Amino acid sequence: MSTFLQYVFTGISVGGCYALIAIGYTLVYGILRLINFAHGDIFMMAGYFMIFSFAVFPFPVAIIITLVATTALGILIEKFAYSPLRQAPRMSVMISAIGVSYLLQNLSTYLFSGLPQPYPAIPGLKQRVMLGDASVSLVTFITPIVTIIIVLLLLRLVNKTKIGMAMRAVSKDYEAASLMGIKLNTTISFTFAVGSLLAAVGSILYFTDRSSVYPFSGALPGLKCFVAAVFGGIGSIPGALLGGFFIGISETIIKAVGLSTFSDAFTFIILIIMLIVKPTGLFGEKSVDKV
Amino acid sequence: MLKVENLKVNFGGIEAVKGISFEVKEGEIVTLIGSNGAGKSTTLRAISGLVKPSEGRIIFDGEDITKIGTSKIVGKGITLCPEGRRIFPDMTVIENIKIGAYLRTDDLQNDIEKCNRLFPILKERENQLAGTLSGGEQQMLAVARSLMSRPRIMMLDEPSLGLAPLIVQNIFNILKEINEEGVTILLIEQNANMALRLADKAYVLETGKIIMEGTGKELLDNPKIKEAYLGKKN
Ligand SMILES: Nc1ncnc2c1ncn2[C@@H]1O[C@H](COP(=O)(O)OP(=O)(O)OP(=O)(O)O)[C@@H](O)[C@H]1O
Ligand SMILES: [Mg+2]
Repeated sequence: MSTFLQYVFTGISVGGCYALIAIGYTLVYGILRLINFAHGDIFMMAGYFMIFSFAVFPFPVAIIITLVATTALGILIEKFAYSPLRQAPRMSVMISAIGVSYLLQNLSTYLFSGLPQPYPAIPGLKQRVMLGDASVSLVTFITPIVTIIIVLLLLRLVNKTKIGMAMRAVSKDYEAASLMGIKLNTTISFTFAVGSLLAAVGSILYFTDRSSVYPFSGALPGLKCFVAAVFGGIGSIPGALLGGFFIGISETIIKAVGLSTFSDAFTFIILIIMLIVKPTGLFGEKSVDKV
Repeated sequence: MLKVENLKVNFGGIEAVKGISFEVKEGEIVTLIGSNGAGKSTTLRAISGLVKPSEGRIIFDGEDITKIGTSKIVGKGITLCPEGRRIFPDMTVIENIKIGAYLRTDDLQNDIEKCNRLFPILKERENQLAGTLSGGEQQMLAVARSLMSRPRIMMLDEPSLGLAPLIVQNIFNILKEINEEGVTILLIEQNANMALRLADKAYVLETGKIIMEGTGKELLDNPKIKEAYLGKKN
């Protein structure tokens, strides 16, 4: 029973991290119709940012540096790799994204070596708490709470603020949005900033429970979170949240019943099934356009 | 107020607008008429900065705005109510109205009330998704949305397209009212008859060139126009 409870909490916690990353895919897809293949690697870079800033600064400062640096990285990638291709076919942008992904992986291999680097223990987060007779680390608890709070804030941002309104307008119709006076590039940059910021938060929570980062740390979680986003209906924030939790929890359960080797394959089976059965995902866009 | 000088626009090899010049004076209603593919929409889109002209200049209040981005142009008081309405279907009616005032930071209440007075149906449908409005209602919403930016000049691309005659009349009356409140209007219409009746000044566009110009009345009485655009023989 206690181990079962432990697994449930782990699943929810991993799911929370996945949800935070999946939202990044969904936001960017919503506005650019681009699957940002570099997103998992931005998440991985956030891991390195934490390692290096933690080595120099106290942890609250290190966290802030990590969040800021990751956000900046997301904005820069968009500026240099995607925005020059605004008029190009979507496939070109996609290829550019794959290029950025490889670039980040290889650059970090070159700079930080391919060996796993130990992830710092943020004071408090790794503390064990007892739950009945199950013991879980504090971060396992915190993650889903942080995730839900962030998603609520994000939904508020998107639905109630001016910049959120701009994001929704741009994601529907570039030209009509700009005729309202909305600046496309600013809005797109902002979207990347938000997505990357969430990836940074996800990264801190995720790596704290895993203890090391290496250049390909982002590859598999990135893919899984992409699946989570597709599962929930790419473009939908609640969908990404649900997808993240779903993938995280089912993966953990599969590991729990002793099928560890099968758990990654499971994620992709989910992708295939979803694409066949309901390609728009759980909360996929239903369009009500009338011309 | 708005001056277009020798405007040319190319799409790949095709020259859609072949060097046109015209002027819109403050307080006027000016209309561009012409058959399909004449380059009317392209002209308005070039003024709004949505397409880049290959040659020529666009001058607004003495300032060259040819190379300025769309959102800045809107900020200067030039708004375009685009062809095909282009409202945001998954936003509510009231959100669509508010987004028209995106660049404004002052209080919108008066203008929202004004829109509600001009288009009472929009008040009724305030919280409905804009995509579920009828075509005519969507057109009204598009006009209301454009008004919310408090434009100095409002460009409308075929506001009467696909609407019942009564609604068309209604929209034209509203345009007149908007104009009387001081907004300059540049109007594209297939419905040449009504547009010419309304307009102070009119230009006829044919395959990217202006082939005729005059006051609305002059063109209404012109036999060639009558035959080609008003569908009647003398
Ligand atoms: N983005 C584009 N790419 C290629 N050609 C274009 C583009 N936009 C317009 N054209 C061409 O430019 C010409 C003028 O088009 P425009 O839309 O300005 O016509 P219009 O006068 O508004 O016609 P209508 O009354 O049918 O709306 C057309 O031949 C059209 O095919
Ligand atoms: Mg047109």
